[in-house]
Amino acid sequence: MSEHAVFTKEMMSTHTVLVPSMLPVHFKLLSPLLAKNGYHIEVLQNEGDEVREAGLSHVHNDTCYPALLVVGQMIDALKKGNYDMDHIALAMTQTAGGCRASNYLSLLRKALIQEGWENIPCLSINFSGLEKESSLHITTVALIRLAYGTLYGDALMWLKNQVKPYETEPGACDREIDAICEDLKKEFDGVGFLQSKRIYRHMLKRMKSVPQDRSKKKIRVGVVGEIYMKYSPLGNQHLEDFLIEGGFEPVLSGVMDFLLYCLQNNLIDYKYYHMHRKSYYFTKVAKNIIIISMQKVFTRVLKEDGEFYLPDDFNEVFENGKEFINPGVKMGEGWLLTSEVVTLVRSGVNNVVMAQPFGCLPNHIVAKGMIRKIKDRYPLANIVAIDFDPSASKVNQENRIRLMMANAKLNEGMFD
Amino acid sequence: MTYKIGFDVGSTTIKAVVLDEQGKIVYKSYERHKAQVRQKALEKIVELREFTKEPFYFAFSGSGALGLSEEGDLPFAQEVFASAAAVRKEYPDTEVAIELGGEDAKILFFKGAIEQRMNSTCAGGTGAFIDQMATLLNMSLEEMDEASLRYHRLYPIASRCGVFAKSDIQPLINQGVDKADLCASIFQAVVDQTIASLAQGRRIEGKILFLGGPLYFLKGLRKRFKETLGAREEDVCCPETAINFVAYGAALTARKLFDRETLEKKLEDLVNAPAKLSDAPPLFKDEAEYEEFKERHRMHDAEYFPLEQYKGDAFLGIDSGSTTTKMVLLSADRKILYQSYSSNKGNPLDVVLEDIRYIYEHADPEMRIAGAYATGYGEELMRHAFHLDGGVVETMAHYTAAKRFNPNVDFILDIGGQDIKCFRIRDGRIDDIVLNEACSSGCGSFIETFARSMGYSSEEFATLGLKAQHPVDLGTRCTVFMNSGVKQAQKNGASIEDISAGLCRSVVKNALYKVIRAKSKDDIGKNVVVQGGTFRNDAVLRSFEQELGYNVIRPSIAHLMGAYGAALFAQTLAGEKSSILSYEELKSFTHTSRSVACGGCTNHCSLTINTFADGSRLIAGNKCDKMLPLAQKKAELPDLFKIKMKMLEDEQKKYSHDMKIGMPLVLNNYDLLPFWSAFFDVLGYEVVWSTPTTKEMYHAGQQNIPSDTACFPAKVVHGHIDQLLKKGVDLIFYPCMTYNVDEKQSDNHYNCPLVAYYPEVIAGNTEFGDTRFVYPFLSFDDERTFVRAIISHFEKKDIYFDKYTVRKAFEAGKNAYSDFMQRLVDEHHQVVTYARIHELPIALVCGRPYHLDPLINHQINQLLTKLGFVVVSEESVPRQVQHKVNVLNQWTYHARLYQAAYYAGENEDMELIHLVSFGCGIDAITSDEVKDILKKFNKFYTQIKIDEIDNLGAAKIRLRSMKEAMLQKKKESENE
Repeated sequence: MSEHAVFTKEMMSTHTVLVPSMLPVHFKLLSPLLAKNGYHIEVLQNEGDEVREAGLSHVHNDTCYPALLVVGQMIDALKKGNYDMDHIALAMTQTAGGCRASNYLSLLRKALIQEGWENIPCLSINFSGLEKESSLHITTVALIRLAYGTLYGDALMWLKNQVKPYETEPGACDREIDAICEDLKKEFDGVGFLQSKRIYRHMLKRMKSVPQDRSKKKIRVGVVGEIYMKYSPLGNQHLEDFLIEGGFEPVLSGVMDFLLYCLQNNLIDYKYYHMHRKSYYFTKVAKNIIIISMQKVFTRVLKEDGEFYLPDDFNEVFENGKEFINPGVKMGEGWLLTSEVVTLVRSGVNNVVMAQPFGCLPNHIVAKGMIRKIKDRYPLANIVAIDFDPSASKVNQENRIRLMMANAKLNEGMFD
Repeated sequence: MTYKIGFDVGSTTIKAVVLDEQGKIVYKSYERHKAQVRQKALEKIVELREFTKEPFYFAFSGSGALGLSEEGDLPFAQEVFASAAAVRKEYPDTEVAIELGGEDAKILFFKGAIEQRMNSTCAGGTGAFIDQMATLLNMSLEEMDEASLRYHRLYPIASRCGVFAKSDIQPLINQGVDKADLCASIFQAVVDQTIASLAQGRRIEGKILFLGGPLYFLKGLRKRFKETLGAREEDVCCPETAINFVAYGAALTARKLFDRETLEKKLEDLVNAPAKLSDAPPLFKDEAEYEEFKERHRMHDAEYFPLEQYKGDAFLGIDSGSTTTKMVLLSADRKILYQSYSSNKGNPLDVVLEDIRYIYEHADPEMRIAGAYATGYGEELMRHAFHLDGGVVETMAHYTAAKRFNPNVDFILDIGGQDIKCFRIRDGRIDDIVLNEACSSGCGSFIETFARSMGYSSEEFATLGLKAQHPVDLGTRCTVFMNSGVKQAQKNGASIEDISAGLCRSVVKNALYKVIRAKSKDDIGKNVVVQGGTFRNDAVLRSFEQELGYNVIRPSIAHLMGAYGAALFAQTLAGEKSSILSYEELKSFTHTSRSVACGGCTNHCSLTINTFADGSRLIAGNKCDKMLPLAQKKAELPDLFKIKMKMLEDEQKKYSHDMKIGMPLVLNNYDLLPFWSAFFDVLGYEVVWSTPTTKEMYHAGQQNIPSDTACFPAKVVHGHIDQLLKKGVDLIFYPCMTYNVDEKQSDNHYNCPLVAYYPEVIAGNTEFGDTRFVYPFLSFDDERTFVRAIISHFEKKDIYFDKYTVRKAFEAGKNAYSDFMQRLVDEHHQVVTYARIHELPIALVCGRPYHLDPLINHQINQLLTKLGFVVVSEESVPRQVQHKVNVLNQWTYHARLYQAAYYAGENEDMELIHLVSFGCGIDAITSDEVKDILKKFNKFYTQIKIDEIDNLGAAKIRLRSMKEAMLQKKKESENE
């Protein structure tokens, strides 16, 4: 049994930590935040066939696609990136649930051993106490910064999806987002980042300054799915852009909702099985703080402005799902996925893309397994489940999304 | 009104429709485009000049036109959408339209909320699938259609995806099943697939419209649909325009005006547009490089001697493969006297008969066949039919043959028509065998079928690839995916040469990455011999060398290696004279085959009874010895699968009450049955368990399966629930269990998501009627919450329990469970002791508790006992200390696997066989880990992937090879 390389505190100053890409908007904010905590972070940007090939030859082909891509992206980067191999570390998230995804880190280590790079330390980003000696060391202050960074990322993504489809000058929206991120970084130098109301207003103002034509409302399409497939353009073949180009407005809930979902699961575990007795009250308080004093601020700012759709309230989403799936289903995206679909459909977003890796275990249950139940209740729901995998061609996926789009237009009476 | 033109470009064909001012169809066409999509579209528009008036509306449709319309900014209508428009216009009273295309299957529901469904990425292959089957049967589509109408019996054929169906059909062909029955069964498979994967519980009834090529051309297919759906003649309709329907719809929905010149100009630009080329290097830089390549491989030519002039002993080898039969006759000095390679054409016996007759007729009278051996799928049939001297496992035959070309060979890769085999050789013995799983069998025959569908012979097609400048990347999964990859390539304007080279590369990459899962070159070996018919194709061979980065040996008889090896074997083992049928006996050789459903047990295996001229019979397709004549039966060896099944049956009989509660005998319940039976006994209920799965049960529940890529053990749950409902129980209990029993062997004790939450899927996809379904979330870890959940969930269904009783029941259940597990371990010890006393090898079959189900494990346990193994299973392995593993070890069932692997490693006389259900994502992780553990002990890792396909052929080879290797190892250690 090989003992793997450990990331020591000293390495913080000497090593560059490579992070796989996933959330394009968020990571613009989050990586400089981690740098403040002492880490040199580099978010990988490599895409393309080489990434998939590297993944295929290092990870079992039947392993889920996100694992394959994440490992592939790292190996590919290490091979091409001219890094100083003695001063490099890798980091990835680990969920620790009953889904196989929690094995990513072991897969990455196996891949490194194959390449003879077992001296490269791997860091786990998780909240479950796994891999204690290899976890990211984060101070409380940094944690607060990261939480706000995530929230601002969610807000920016939320706004982006409502502005970009309407921009009259291609690229204007993305440029604006870059600019806002620059502004935000400065806020994080001091304590300005805590004044979220002011920051949200600023964001809103700048996003509204993007030249746009909102005279004709576009059809909204919800995107739910396995977390990596939902957000990562590398994974979902730039799904958001594809929808926008097709004349639709994508709707994606924020990452913070996923974190809340993880907290909620601990509460449910307590209720169902008397687990996590000690942390129960702490979790409950943490959840409420995040929702009431953090997420809701954005909602209030949006409401007072009146121009944009409001993000869904987490507790409402949770309640909406209960009629369809038991909140005890907590592997992968669990009940959250089903609840999000129900919430979308209830709020009039009838068209939903479920993005998942081919053969995703939890999604057999929470995604495909629930479609019939949802459709029985809401006949207008226009849901398409798309399986992404290293070999399924883009045309195949595109064609299915197009069918969903055509149906959406039909349902909206956009055809004669 | 204006003229309207619609084009529908599919994977292999282009369809056009022109509507005149009154909306009448004035022109329609249906042609193959041979991958020349752009050119063909332009030609068509030019051709249509005389049928149209300018300006006209125009739109494309079909997956093959996506690229065109995007690049050329031409209007595009999604095909399902287009056909829906046409249906509404032309047949407004239609309730359901079923459309099958080259690769897509679609169902459109018009009643109520309009719903349009397409097959998912995995279940492709309908028209293309039938084409492939036609190739396999060596029939034209017309002949198939014709034959299908005369069927007598339908065979169950896996309906999930084309590739799977193929693996089901293959053995049937080899068993000599009547072609008419096969054709009808193939059509039935298409029907079942369409209904199962598309309708998903929604009923197909009312007025039904059949659309698309396959349904239009194949009367037999329509018949199968009609009968399956129980539709009346007057309710189904397959219009004249069925094959042009999408094009018609495209024309109807076209909203953009064109004049001829603009449109032709646009299409011309597209034809001339530089293709988006891949940057992959060509197979050969120039002609000289190709010449050098050919010269190098000429070195491995076999030696020949004329059959007519040879006197003396000769040795015959027959390799009866899945699609082809190979034969080699060797002289005493191992020169080839006769060789043949022929397609089975559905009847391998006739092929061999012809060949042997030829040998007898042309050989010198002094040539004497001294030994004759068979190998391959049809080994048994050949041996019986022609009275050969014996059979040899395929792997051994190939290794023996390869050694003749390179005595140091350490790696053999064989890509045949249907399968990929790969063996690693270490210290002169076969050390590792990898066979392709049913999913990646897009091998040699795929290239052939594809070439045909493009209008080339497979040789022509392969030669084209040699000249490719920019081979396209087509991915590495199964046939269906490759087809879509080709679509993508066509969209990007790839030439036919590039597609050919790309396909060859795909086959190679498939073998390397998917089957062998090579990580680095060292993984492959230094002395590689490649063989199998597919490697005769220079483009495939070259791709392989390029991918590896070094040269390999391809014998000139690459396609005959199995037969060659068998002949070599015959020579080594030959006695005085072969028992093979003489020329005289051949004359009276007759063979009839008859298929019956075995009534020996509930499995109802499809038996094929082959009867030969001398009255001898060979029964194929049987899983047990029950139907064999007494003399052929052997005493049964102890088998823990059987023992546990019996124990479970006894457990069920223990309790009896008037009040019944139904529970499905599926997934984790194979472990927990003792718990629940005892638990409900205390509560005053008798648990009515569903029976072990049968095919009929599975099919009955099939239409409710929401995700067809889920594993088979999960999918059968629908059938079990259906059975319980039919039994009339008014209460069904099936709890969700995130956490399994904590056996303290892992860091956590989860169930996998499917085991944990399948009850949710059942709740969401079943019509329960009046039956109450109770599915609480439970964990055995905490009594209080367990009791509370039971009480509250039953309360909701008006059933009341008190805390005290439930607590007592919980205790009783736990005791029953641990008692049961202990007895299982005791049985384990007894079985092992038996094996040791009788010096028998032990097969430790590792999987999940639910692999006990005979339909899920395909009775691999019986195959093992027949091969002389004593069988034990992973859950019976006595508890060990927890070993540290390299992966996150947090599932109870998977922890048992790691334990079992260590246990097998420590016991000299045990071999581990890993049963993996297809689609089990978690086993993707465990299999690597189990393999690594066994490697430490210098043990074989044998994995058998199982799914609904009922084809033990591959498993048989693997197990026989494993046994062969075990014996060899034993011999070696005895010699030391």
